[in-house]
Amino acid sequence: MITDNSVSRRSLLTGGLATGFLLAFHLPLRAAVNEPVQPVDTTDGKFAPNAFIRIDETGRTILIMPQVEMGQGTYTSISAVLAEELDADWSKVEVQHAPPNDKLYGNPAFGLQATGNSNSIRAWWTPLRKAGATARAMLVQAAASQWGVEPASCSAAKGEVAHAASGRKLGYGAVALAAQSQTPPKDVAVKDPKDFVIIGQPLKRLDTPDKVNGKAVYGIDAILPGMKFATVAACPVFGGKVGKVDDSAAVKLPGVRKVVVLDDMVAVIGDHMWAAKKGLEALQIEWNEGPNAKITTKDIWEDLRKASEKDGAVAKSDGDIVKALASGDKFEAAYELPFLAHASMEPINATVHVKPDSCEIWTGTQIMTRVQSEAAKAAGLPIDKVIVNNHLLGGGFGRKLEPDMVIAAVKIAKQVDYPVKVVWTREEDIQHDVYRPVYRDQITASLVDGKVAAWKYKVAGSSVMARWFPPAFQKGVDIDAVDAAIDTPYDFANFHVEYVRAEPLSVPTGFWRGVGPNNNVFAVECAMDELARKAGKDPIEFRRSMLTKNPRMLAVLNHVAEKSGWGQPLPPRVGRGVCVQPSFASFIATVVEAEIDDIGEIRLRRIISVVDTGIAVNPDTVKAQIEGGLVFGLTAALYGEITIEKGRVQQSNFHDYRMMRINETPKIEVIVVKSGEAPGGIGEAGVNAGPPALRNAIYAATGIALRRLPIDRKLLAAGKKA
Amino acid sequence: MHMATVLTINGETKSFDAPPEMPLLWVLRDVLGMTGTKFGCGIAQCGACTVHVDGKAVRSCVLPVSAVENRAITTIEHVGSTPSGAKVQKAWLDLEVIQCGYCQSGQIMAAAALLAATSHPDDSDIDAAMAGNICRCGTYVRIREAIKQAASGRQS
Repeated sequence: MITDNSVSRRSLLTGGLATGFLLAFHLPLRAAVNEPVQPVDTTDGKFAPNAFIRIDETGRTILIMPQVEMGQGTYTSISAVLAEELDADWSKVEVQHAPPNDKLYGNPAFGLQATGNSNSIRAWWTPLRKAGATARAMLVQAAASQWGVEPASCSAAKGEVAHAASGRKLGYGAVALAAQSQTPPKDVAVKDPKDFVIIGQPLKRLDTPDKVNGKAVYGIDAILPGMKFATVAACPVFGGKVGKVDDSAAVKLPGVRKVVVLDDMVAVIGDHMWAAKKGLEALQIEWNEGPNAKITTKDIWEDLRKASEKDGAVAKSDGDIVKALASGDKFEAAYELPFLAHASMEPINATVHVKPDSCEIWTGTQIMTRVQSEAAKAAGLPIDKVIVNNHLLGGGFGRKLEPDMVIAAVKIAKQVDYPVKVVWTREEDIQHDVYRPVYRDQITASLVDGKVAAWKYKVAGSSVMARWFPPAFQKGVDIDAVDAAIDTPYDFANFHVEYVRAEPLSVPTGFWRGVGPNNNVFAVECAMDELARKAGKDPIEFRRSMLTKNPRMLAVLNHVAEKSGWGQPLPPRVGRGVCVQPSFASFIATVVEAEIDDIGEIRLRRIISVVDTGIAVNPDTVKAQIEGGLVFGLTAALYGEITIEKGRVQQSNFHDYRMMRINETPKIEVIVVKSGEAPGGIGEAGVNAGPPALRNAIYAATGIALRRLPIDRKLLAAGKKA
Repeated sequence: MHMATVLTINGETKSFDAPPEMPLLWVLRDVLGMTGTKFGCGIAQCGACTVHVDGKAVRSCVLPVSAVENRAITTIEHVGSTPSGAKVQKAWLDLEVIQCGYCQSGQIMAAAALLAATSHPDDSDIDAAMAGNICRCGTYVRIREAIKQAASGRQS
């Protein structure tokens, strides 16, 4: 039933929170068995003007979400955009996960049903407004025709059409079926933003009420009748294979049902995760480690440094860089960033039931259609025989843009006739990730009259795009890896960006929250601070002097300077650092204040970000995304590094792959400025702000210009020279 | 062969077969189908699996079921029926603490236990009680504020 799969929140706004969270959000829950239901998009008996809106005769309004909810608040924001133009009754809106279908739900930015790159609101803004406005026009036409009046003499608000002259009103439910046969208007008009009543309000999120009481269902929570549980051990060396498996002890353990040996991993299926884990521990596995068994991080860095000295493919070139670099005061630096794992709180998992003629999957993915097509290949079935039930994601951060966990689960489930939930342990999740690539970013610049006269920036690192989305890798340039290298906010007359593709030995790489601008914003903003010092200028003053053509960037920088108390005296070994970034079409200026103690340990004192993201669909979500993004990025700056020895990842769990915790998190203030510009992206952006702002705070406090992450405390102890 | 294990969970008696060393987390999730309690790390490093045993916050991923027979176990599904749990849930929604929400069952259980023991926690009480709970979405600023709001009884 479609109702089982929709988020009912009827009472959330009208009934207050006490009843709201009891009644709201009937996401796939059936009594004690939370078996998720494929969102069968039935349009019979409904007004279904497009892929996103369903209104039945009772006025029930279901909005189908083309993007996935992984914490970024997009279910609420997408609903707000649709409901605004539809003039729906916001208190009655319900949401539903979309099924896999690139044609209907493909993100317009990629042509693929993918959620990432802070593209949900940016890419869907216009299409969804038009979808809502078209539906509204058809409902108005239906009512007007019933009344025998001109549609132009009618208005709509809160799920009702009204005819002011006669005082008549009809709810959307009453005209839903008649609206279905109306001709959709061509070139429908959307609202003037000044008339918005939903967009721009700090809306309560639609997905959170069931996240306080255990009712929300993530992929890992799927339960099916007769289901068993599996966990896996993959070859610890990248690219290695399973050799011999002795399962004689494992199969004797209570609760162990079956040992499944795949090409590169072994799975144990049991009555519960505990039996599966104990079974896995009892296996004797010999691995064929293959050619990568000796690789170390050191080898990878040697390769990358060598590769980065080559000329790259030119991504952008303005002016005469060679001539401009030949004069002025020259600056050269290289910035290095480590491998990072995603470590979503929900470990990767997939539940699969393979039958002779079908394959059904329950998971939480950022990449619905790719999961479907890859599962079809693994199952040996046509795509239309593969059903994918998407869920809420317990964090995605780019990890769930990959289908590998689903492919493995399908291969395991093929060996049995019952449904299997395959859950990776935290150790397997961290050691078999697709990692944020190591990057080496070199910046060569020259200063003339206290300003940057020439700027040459070469990015070297893995191309995630070349593997994941080949159209975005053209003529040797990965557009993601150089995204915020090209998109500079500064007035650089002679400006040159190159990219060197350098794939790390054996280590798979992938998108990681913040994506390409992770490396770009860090390198640019570190270099800008070092150049400011070389020019003898205050870091904010220096930046301001080169933001003359970027009023939005300049405005947020001025705003953060004022609010942060920039320039006011601080105690010894306390510093303020700034970062500006125009990434994802949002303009953000951040100041971090940090203290560095005598042994080089760092205490964050305060963070403030000023954000111009254009029209903020849900301003509270914008704030939340920056707050959380800052913590995500600063976690990486303070602790994040995946290292390789003997071809294996050395980290395994949160004790050695550390996360920031509440006691390390300072006050964070986020100011969202009013803007009438089109919405920018926000989910990725906060991540990029933290590391350079913290690094620049350390630079201000100690004079030490760090050029690698994570921050090496040994370099910061009292008495260390700049 | 195991003897049936009997636990008291959310005021109800539950009887099931499980090895005595099996962690409570997997009994809740995989045997009893109570999936509100989450698996995050398996080694008591992240707090996603936090439940109450006799009102105290504990990590169910390393807690053998044999250790909690004859104890009162409360999970996220039922914490709203305790005064501190209800206050915490309300403050969490009032301040929109939650992002992905996966860690929040554990955060709410830890916060509810804190408030039950310390009605007006200061920042260091909050740090001590909550530092064992990781939130990868980074909602810590709002968690702190929500605990203070729940303690004060004020409305947002």
